[in-house]
Amino acid sequence: MAHEHKLAIFRGLVKFKSNTQKIWGVLIFLSIVTAVEVVLGIYKPEVLEAQILGMKGLNWIFIILTLVKAYYITWDFMHMRDEVPALRRAVVWTAIFLICYLIFILLQEGGYVFDVYKDGFIKRDF
Amino acid sequence: MSTTVITAEAEGKTWSGGNEPLRASYGKMMMWFFILSDALTFSGFLAAYGFSRFKFIEEWPIADEVFTHVPFFHGNYPMIYVAFMTFILIMSSVTMVLAVDAGHHLKQQKVAVYMFLTIIGGAIFVGSQGWEWATFIKGDYGAVQTKGGNILQFGEYVTVDGEQKFKRVAIADFVTASATERTKHERKNGLWFTDEGTLPEYQMKDVVKGLEANSNILVRNQIIDKEGKKTVLTREASIEAIKNNGKRTVHGANLEMNEYGSPLFADFFFFITGFHGFHVFSGVVINIIIFFNVILGTYERRKNYEMVEKVGLYWHFVDLVWVFVFTFFYLV
Repeated sequence: MAHEHKLAIFRGLVKFKSNTQKIWGVLIFLSIVTAVEVVLGIYKPEVLEAQILGMKGLNWIFIILTLVKAYYITWDFMHMRDEVPALRRAVVWTAIFLICYLIFILLQEGGYVFDVYKDGFIKRDF
Repeated sequence: MSTTVITAEAEGKTWSGGNEPLRASYGKMMMWFFILSDALTFSGFLAAYGFSRFKFIEEWPIADEVFTHVPFFHGNYPMIYVAFMTFILIMSSVTMVLAVDAGHHLKQQKVAVYMFLTIIGGAIFVGSQGWEWATFIKGDYGAVQTKGGNILQFGEYVTVDGEQKFKRVAIADFVTASATERTKHERKNGLWFTDEGTLPEYQMKDVVKGLEANSNILVRNQIIDKEGKKTVLTREASIEAIKNNGKRTVHGANLEMNEYGSPLFADFFFFITGFHGFHVFSGVVINIIIFFNVILGTYERRKNYEMVEKVGLYWHFVDLVWVFVFTFFYLV
């Protein structure tokens, strides 16, 4: 049972000797990522405040780092790495597809409502 | 991992769960699909939060100014406590995987110890979240809500290290409450059996009087300027804004008002972290049940610790959701 773990992370760059070691390795990695997020969140460097694709560069960094963390939690803590590809795809792609759809629709409409409030002769600043 | 007690009977059959094309037991697969649907629920909530935020993108509260407290410490420490909570939850996720791993090696003692640590981590997290809620509900400086539902906050310019900085001032520091002539409406006095909530501590005329008497106090509105800070009004505009638009003072946050800005921020905070907290709580309860099963040797007799793995999946999912809540409520 316990001998089916895939022990390499970062596309084989780091290999661990046992599953327990891999768990601690992933913990260290996740802690570093969280620490980077917190430090950036507290100091907010000026350079990263620039707008990239309609959002602050810093926010893009946060979102990407979050997805990285989500990947390692799912793949290593939840053992998605050890499941067969069919199960992995059934769960992961369904979620990704539907969540992207949801995000697109809601943010698009939120932006629209913002424009209506801003330019639509609706007085809100009183 | 492929065979369990339940599926062993169905081996070789086409139906009744035979064949196992996904090489996962029924229970584990259903846990995965439950997690998938729950993930969609949470992303629905977070996307709705994004909707409201984009709707009020120029006046949304800045999280760094809202969550600044750490238990037992005074002062301004944005992010520190939430970072601690995140770390606790990731740590309890680690002890959970270690329990699953020990389960694969059929080490009952080790599974029990790791499960216990996981439960402790979960309990610390739920407690921290309760504290976070209490602090948010209590509020700190107080603010004035306008007739249009906007929030006006108070502060003054102070020089820190040769730099002009806007420092918040609590309403209680410059306003003295006058005796109120209005009595609280109670159920027994009305024609209809309705009552009203507690009356605000200060009336608007007290706030105006206090503002006029202290020439250093300025008003800050919700609009975020180019530098990502809230707009501070001039002295004249401050008095005018309070006089013309002020409706009532608010202190802290609840579902209908929020001293930090848009009430929607408080609504989503309570709803999403509440729903997540409920997940953590139920995760702890399920963990406790499984913990007792481990101690009683149920899985030892079964020679299979898959139940630990299933509850572990749920627990990691709770951690996974928190990673996103952390990003979208506190960082972005």
